[in-house]
Amino acid sequence: MGRYVIRRLLLLIPVLFFISIITFGLAHAVPGGPFDREKPLPPEVKANLEKYYGLDQPVWKQYVDYVSDIVLRFDFGPTYRSRGRGVNDIFKDHLPVSAQLGLAAIAIALVIGLPLGILAALKQNTIWDYLGMGLAIFGVSVPAIVLGPMLILIFALSLHLLPVAGWGTPAKMIMPALALGLRESAIIARLTRASMLQVIREDYIRTARAKGLTERVVMVRHALKNAFIPVATILGPMFAALVTGTFIVEQIFAIPGMGKYFITSITNRDYPVVMGTILLYAVFLVLANLAVDLTYAFLDPRIRYT
Amino acid sequence: MTTSEMTAQQKAAQRLSERMGKPANLWLDAWHRLIRNRAALIGGILLILLLLTSILAPLLAPFSYSGGDSLEAYTVPRWLIKLLPSSVSTYAKVSDKFFFGSDYLGRDVLSRLIWGTRVSLPVGFIGAFTALLIGLVYGCVSGYYGGRVDNLMMRIVDIMYAFPTMLLIILMMAFFKSTFADVRPGTVAATFNAVNKVVDSIVGLPGGGMLFIFMGIGITAWMGMARLARGQILSLKEKEFIEAAHMIGAGDMRILIRHILPNIIGPCIVSETLAIPGYISTEVFLSFIGLGVDPPTPSWGSMISDGAAMLRTYPHMVIFPALALAVTMFAFNFLGDGLRDALDPKMKGTS
Repeated sequence: MGRYVIRRLLLLIPVLFFISIITFGLAHAVPGGPFDREKPLPPEVKANLEKYYGLDQPVWKQYVDYVSDIVLRFDFGPTYRSRGRGVNDIFKDHLPVSAQLGLAAIAIALVIGLPLGILAALKQNTIWDYLGMGLAIFGVSVPAIVLGPMLILIFALSLHLLPVAGWGTPAKMIMPALALGLRESAIIARLTRASMLQVIREDYIRTARAKGLTERVVMVRHALKNAFIPVATILGPMFAALVTGTFIVEQIFAIPGMGKYFITSITNRDYPVVMGTILLYAVFLVLANLAVDLTYAFLDPRIRYT
Repeated sequence: MTTSEMTAQQKAAQRLSERMGKPANLWLDAWHRLIRNRAALIGGILLILLLLTSILAPLLAPFSYSGGDSLEAYTVPRWLIKLLPSSVSTYAKVSDKFFFGSDYLGRDVLSRLIWGTRVSLPVGFIGAFTALLIGLVYGCVSGYYGGRVDNLMMRIVDIMYAFPTMLLIILMMAFFKSTFADVRPGTVAATFNAVNKVVDSIVGLPGGGMLFIFMGIGITAWMGMARLARGQILSLKEKEFIEAAHMIGAGDMRILIRHILPNIIGPCIVSETLAIPGYISTEVFLSFIGLGVDPPTPSWGSMISDGAAMLRTYPHMVIFPALALAVTMFAFNFLGDGLRDALDPKMKGTS
């Protein structure tokens, strides 16, 4: 197991290397530079700025410098938009915000999605089943871009129950986390129901019942553990996407998270920020998928890693 | 005996006896199952209404979508002001001229919504069509020929899959927007621009830049379809009837088109119908961040973006595009779910 984890972590290096090369190439292939403005800067100023940030070097040299800065000093480079602040500062200030919001959204998704999916499967064609499937359709049909403004309108502007927007108190976190989490809870409920329905028809469930185990033990120890495997699979990418920031919800609720940097850095050609956010996402994705793979071994003892 | 008293078994028996002598027809059976499904029927009717709205937009829209009088900005109709938070009535201009009110430039929200169907629906359909076209061909070739070809083609898909789709689309849109702004004749960019003009005029929204959105979505949409088609073909090509077709000397093209395609097209269509809401929300997202259609073309995404900025003071600007988007997504999901149940009753209620 230990060796397996180390091998997977070492695999992170080529993956990040590959993603960084492609992103670097694509970002630089987009015409225009970080200092092209509507009102052009004087050419000398622009040349000086580009020299200062090393943008006058050939692209391969820029890439080598960028990677060696990360490897040697763990420095993700500057941001061209504000002097004296670097990508490291952006991570330090904004990643915790996005991570909190993302984790809250995943918690909501699991708390609503899992029980509803299980109930829908166990009590097929009852009110619970219809409720679960209703939520599933609702969740995939009402995106955060619709749910966010509607939640504000109902709970903040009309009922005055929650603050309209902002960040810092638990009350301000409820609506954005709900706007993000509801869609994911719908996906989880649907998947849990489908995989539960499949698992409870398996032979080993019949065996467990024949042994005389109580229904609760059969469901929790035998059915649920196996039914959770496909759900765990989608939790990995979901975690990476939510924790590294989501633009729309952060924009609507005025939350100082990472999402804004992800989007504006591309339109501003702020190359170090583009690279930094993508690499961060990739690291989260690989680590989350590794964690998912390790939970497989716990959920299904037949799965072993050597 | 009346129908309501019959058990399910008796109903099935009656349906079978009605069909006695007639050959079983997968598509006809599916159609009957589809129109019996109430949710799918509602979804289908809603979609037809939306399609009619987009076709008849010039006749239906009471005002222009691009021009407005700034003196008439932010007006709220009388019927709506009672439903909005009470504080709005203390400062909002009340005017019944615009049924859904007007936006920050005094443009009619209803007219912009109606014209906006010409952005959302084409994006959904073209996205699905491109995905089906590229994905089916790619998946068929990969799955049918197998071996080294399959290995190479699927690794390409894997690599593209590993890349965050949203980032790819944003990068692509930024690339299109800055590259194809060039209109000097003779360049590649100018050719794309000319094609874009034609596409815009077909859609009926001059200056919208729709081609680039189609391209951005099309380039990223086909990979899932390619995987699905390949998976289906892998299991299908070992079946006896394919072997029999080989035996009587049918060529590869004939086998693919006449024998394999009809067997895999059902799941592919279902999967694309359910993917359409995704394409629509991608366009909404792009317009929200300012990389979608060019203003003043009315996209529901840019309307929500404008409205979200004024959500506290003038909520009416965001309500209607948000509702329109939700209704459209519901319609496609209902229809897609219904299609899946109709084409493959075994799959009912799963994934």
